[in-house]
Amino acid sequence: MAEITKEELRQPENLIYKKTDLLTDKPLSYCPGCGHGTAHRIVMEVLDEMGIQDQTIGIAPVGCSVLAYEFMNIDMQQAAHGRAPAVATAVKRLHPEKFVFTYQGDGDLAAIGTAETIHACNRGENIVIIFINNGIYGMTGGQMAPTTLPGMKSSTSPYGRDVATMGNPLKITELIAQLPGTIYVTRQAVHTPANVRKTKKAVRKAFENQKLNKGLSFVEIVSNCNSGWKMTPRQSNEWMVENMFPFYPLGDIKVND
Amino acid sequence: MAKVKGDIVIDIEKCKGCEVCVPACPNDVIAMSKNVNGKGYNYAETINDECIGCANCAIVCPDGVITVYRKRME
Ligand SMILES: Cc1ncc(C[n+]2csc(CCOP(=O)(O)OP(=O)(O)O)c2C)c(N)n1
Ligand code: SF4
Ligand code: SF4
Ligand code: SF4
Repeated sequence: MAEITKEELRQPENLIYKKTDLLTDKPLSYCPGCGHGTAHRIVMEVLDEMGIQDQTIGIAPVGCSVLAYEFMNIDMQQAAHGRAPAVATAVKRLHPEKFVFTYQGDGDLAAIGTAETIHACNRGENIVIIFINNGIYGMTGGQMAPTTLPGMKSSTSPYGRDVATMGNPLKITELIAQLPGTIYVTRQAVHTPANVRKTKKAVRKAFENQKLNKGLSFVEIVSNCNSGWKMTPRQSNEWMVENMFPFYPLGDIKVND
Repeated sequence: MAKVKGDIVIDIEKCKGCEVCVPACPNDVIAMSKNVNGKGYNYAETINDECIGCANCAIVCPDGVITVYRKRME
């Protein structure tokens, strides 16, 4: 085989992959190995590939991704806790020609923001919702969320979630799929290369739906919170596969073409 | 048969040492360094020349610090 030096290989014509310019150069504020970073990049790559950077308005939540506007190199508005779908509704109705999406954690979307989430989905607002489900309130120290699994330990359920006293976990994505306003509802993950590729396809489909004014597309990403779960990043990804995926199975839940 | 040669460049100062890229590589190209970067993380580094430029490592890196090159060798 012909030999090639690293310098010859590292030329622009051989470039296969580099971080998209739609992410700023600010170091992400996330813990090492946190899926938020990968999810951010996937959304920005899709906007980049669709060439809609200057036509897109993102709504940042409260939670670890509260600073998403620092990292996503697009127009953004940060919303009060849980209110992102309401803010997105207003932005989209005032600027119907823009692409509008929310980016929200499970505490934001499925606890304090349940009403805003369900009504925006039921109204069928022509927006995209990106939902990062790590089963916990990451930012505030790993408290139990509506999405916390039965038996799962958190700082407010140190002996594990007891369904009899703490209630059942909420599968809000399945619930949303029942609503006539949603056109596309899917659940994905970002811990392996294959999952990253699938999630990117799902996010692309969601924004293509918005382009065609089809209604609301909802992409859940089951993700890790290694700090909150008190594991290393690799352990947390394994724990997620073993424990989160059986309860939150991956795949499309509703596809109306 | 045409063979593919790949290479990656890791921005070690931005690497957070999470190791998520390590199991993503089909050819065990990446391992964690014994040295630390300015933030105190044991950063990722390449340990062999088996890279095929598949970009698996780069697309799972939460911090987007890996750049990938690939060339088809005749
Ligand atoms: C009105 C209001 N109530 C409570 C809080 C405190 N708070 C900040 S982030 C957060 C939970 C975030 O969890 P999640 O949405 O799951 O996001 P993650 O940090 O896990 O990504 C809470 C309760 C707040 N900022 N505002
Ligand atoms: S606390 Fe959890 S969700 Fe927040 S950045 Fe750290 S790992 Fe990610
Ligand atoms: S590009 Fe593929 S082969 Fe090369 S280091 Fe990354 S994962 Fe390994
Ligand atoms: S996935 Fe990225 S941040 Fe994590 S160790 Fe590998 S190169 Fe570093």
